[in-house]
Amino acid sequence: MTIDAAIAPASRPRGPGLLARAFAGTTGPVVTIVAVLMVVWYAAAVWLNAPLVQSETPLSTAELVDATLALERPLLPAPHQILIELKKTVLDTPVTSKRSLVQHAWVTLSSTLTGFAFGALLGLLLAVAIVHVRSLEKSLMFWIVSSQTIPILAVAPIIIVVLGAIGVTGLVPKAIISAYLCFFPVTAGMVKGLTSPDRLHVDLMRTYDASPSATFWKLRVPASVPFLFTSLKVAIAASLVGAIVGELPTGAQAGLGARLLAGSYYGQTIQIWAALFAAAALAATMVGLVGALEGFVLRQMGTRR
Amino acid sequence: MDASPLRDPTIGTGAAAGGPAPGRVVIDARALSLTFDTADGVVHALSDVDLTVREGEFVSFIGPSGCGKTTLLRVIADLERATGGSITVDGVAPAEARTQRLYGYVFQAPALLPWRNVLANVTLPLEIFGMDKASRLEHARRNLDLVNLAGFEKKFPWQLSGGMQQRASIARALSFDPKLLLMDEPFGALDEIVRDKLNEQLLKLWAETAKTVVFVTHSIPEAVFLSTKIVVMSPRPGRIIDVIDCDLPADRTLEIRETAQFLAIAHRVREGLRAGHSYDD
Amino acid sequence: MSDTALPPDRDDAPVTPMSTTRLAAIATGALTLLGGLAPLTPKVTWSALPLPALLLAIAVVLGAGVLPRLVDGFAVAVATLVTAATAVALLIAAHAPSVAGEVGVGFVITLIALWLGSWALIERLTVWRPTSPALARLADAAVPIVFGAFLFLFWEVITVGFGVPAVLLPPPSQIAVRFATSLPILGADFFQTVVRAAIPGWAIGSAAGILVALLADRVPFLGRGLIPLGDFVSALPLVGIAPIMVMWFGFDWQSKAAVVVLMTFFPALVNTVAGLAAAGRLERDLMHSYGASWGQTLVKLRLPAAGPHIFAALKLNSTFALIGALVAEFFGTPIVGMGFRISTEVGRMGLDMVWAEIAMAAITGSTLYSVLASIERRVTFWHPSNRGR
Repeated sequence: MTIDAAIAPASRPRGPGLLARAFAGTTGPVVTIVAVLMVVWYAAAVWLNAPLVQSETPLSTAELVDATLALERPLLPAPHQILIELKKTVLDTPVTSKRSLVQHAWVTLSSTLTGFAFGALLGLLLAVAIVHVRSLEKSLMFWIVSSQTIPILAVAPIIIVVLGAIGVTGLVPKAIISAYLCFFPVTAGMVKGLTSPDRLHVDLMRTYDASPSATFWKLRVPASVPFLFTSLKVAIAASLVGAIVGELPTGAQAGLGARLLAGSYYGQTIQIWAALFAAAALAATMVGLVGALEGFVLRQMGTRR
Repeated sequence: MDASPLRDPTIGTGAAAGGPAPGRVVIDARALSLTFDTADGVVHALSDVDLTVREGEFVSFIGPSGCGKTTLLRVIADLERATGGSITVDGVAPAEARTQRLYGYVFQAPALLPWRNVLANVTLPLEIFGMDKASRLEHARRNLDLVNLAGFEKKFPWQLSGGMQQRASIARALSFDPKLLLMDEPFGALDEIVRDKLNEQLLKLWAETAKTVVFVTHSIPEAVFLSTKIVVMSPRPGRIIDVIDCDLPADRTLEIRETAQFLAIAHRVREGLRAGHSYDD
Repeated sequence: MSDTALPPDRDDAPVTPMSTTRLAAIATGALTLLGGLAPLTPKVTWSALPLPALLLAIAVVLGAGVLPRLVDGFAVAVATLVTAATAVALLIAAHAPSVAGEVGVGFVITLIALWLGSWALIERLTVWRPTSPALARLADAAVPIVFGAFLFLFWEVITVGFGVPAVLLPPPSQIAVRFATSLPILGADFFQTVVRAAIPGWAIGSAAGILVALLADRVPFLGRGLIPLGDFVSALPLVGIAPIMVMWFGFDWQSKAAVVVLMTFFPALVNTVAGLAAAGRLERDLMHSYGASWGQTLVKLRLPAAGPHIFAALKLNSTFALIGALVAEFFGTPIVGMGFRISTEVGRMGLDMVWAEIAMAAITGSTLYSVLASIERRVTFWHPSNRGR
């Protein structure tokens, strides 16, 4: 019995072709855990918000619970309050309005995607250069890797301010931060991917007297595709974080980061949570899209069963 | 044991027993040596190797691990450079033979590209050589027929058994019709039943195509069954200690392995291996 | 399988690196000569350093001609000396009051010469294969160090020489001076952000992640539900939770530590789960055949096998912890802390202080990382990536 339990995780289906089976195996537990988390959330909301409820008359328990879940600035808003706020700012507000969360999300999304595009491209080019020029591999790779051990987001305010000082504001500085966060996972992943063909395949190309470009396009590039998508998923999530943090020092103008900051200034907790939910939805959608593209491409290539 | 190779007077006449008539020299190595500088000192992978392979022969290199049989094959293929002596492949240096695409190489593992189906794997070298599409398909189909893989063109490598994968890899090596087929323990990872079957098919294929084959193996029956000439090698330093002509009839079947002639040759190979083997591992 | 152990990159060695290196060396020499002769600033018609520049140029040209005939080690030494001398000359020239901020053609040409020279030197170092293993290791380590040194050198020379406003990008020397003179402030900020928020948060978050992963392993139902959720949450911008934590736990370090706990929890969970699945089927069957309990299998087999994954999470988390603690301080903090200092100094255009804090953060981040990496090398010495060192 105990051994069965110990072995269980290995038998968890991981291959994406087994997606359907994996889903059938996890849906139940996931739903259960989410439900438990919801119950805990409501209980915590009541418990945390109770001290904030003011009333002249003593309240019954039911009234107290109702009151804790209906506060305007609760310590912890209940999930339904966040959903109502989301409905209000997403569906009921015209997209052109400054209060529309769709507009703020779009501001963040546009710099996320711009930064992602440039960062991923830069990462790709760097990886190709590093794989082909040995002196670059030896000199640059060390610094690229160590640059990741420093908290890069600390540089974010500088980029915003420095670019602001020379008159560059708006999307570009945020996109630069996003690109900066993006390039590394792509470079690291692609250097690994482009060098992933094993000795046998490299020798095989050599027996054909294949040119470096033929080896690159017919062997290295296809071999790197799975690595590319893995790193793109990391990169796009990092890009969103970069865009949100990049919005913090601009002083709450527009974007999900600005909504977070404004919410924290004015104690608008529901607004903060709504912005967080929107950011989470964006992240999940983007990672999901990259994942779907990955599945499509790998199936087209036949490497995914 | 004497480190210098035994110069068998019958070298080059190995095919006398009924194979193709002895042809011109395809591989000619003289006093070939190869040393590696490693962290643990100098390794003599090959030492003073003399070898002649003639057109149409099927030559096997046999020996224990570390005897340099794969290294010798890699030197012929210009995947490794000799540090001493001389070698020509079809009259030219190995590097030139490689750029002229004179040989097809079959590795220990199938080494098929997982993102290409069987057909696209077989056409890979043809694409690299810049052949037009129609000829590519024609060549690939013909060679897939030759290895009995017709009908599996659209399958991906992981949908095939190990034996089928290795057959696809042989079709790939043959696809551009090279003069010489270099095979590095191609069936080493397969079980004996599959291996027997592929050995029979390989012999048939050799008879049909009249290629010169150089075959690395560590299986005595396989070497004796397939070859017209067996080169026995020994480690530290890697060297040739015996060259045995294998004059079994050309149309061999697996049953030949029970015959006295077969067993006699196998015995001589085993003796050679035993004599050359150092027991320090 | 293979007959002999093949040394790894026999085939990849470039065939003739010397020709390009020699070309670069000659070009470097010629440019240095030209740069030395051309006016260093528009104000003077003759270079401020004509004689040393001329001598250097002659040395470089000689070096380029003689280099290929010398033994490798000596050639590298000569190239290093010559390039270093040019670098020092340029550094001194850039800081000369008459030159700083007003550079002319001569300076630019010499700068290009130095760039060429440094590139050739790095190229030379890369292909240099000394026979002595100790020297080879030194050469390997030297490449990134030399590269980094030149990076900082160019930063310094360009910002000073071209008079880049300190608001845009202060030269490294100014940052170093600021760093050295602000040690008490930097120390206090370090204590607040790293010692009080990042490290405890990192420890709690990582430990909790590992424990929950073990729990999820023990209770398969929990595992099947938690693992997809963990994968999902890992992709979310969790740092956005910072304003909420500030509201809950106050302005001081507690809220920062809470953000760090949350950010480090999921990577630890996901990686540990992956690590626990890493032990091979055969080894697990072996433990089964011994009738080993879950705990015994865990301690003897699965935790050691999970080591590389767990350390990967701990290293990743050390970066996340610093990011979390710093960014959380952007949302409100007492008047101490690295994130606080960065956001206020940015507002006052005190860019040298901001860079000093970033240098502090970089030193902290890479120190934490290398400490963890060296522990990892000791603990998971058996792993292929750590062998042969």
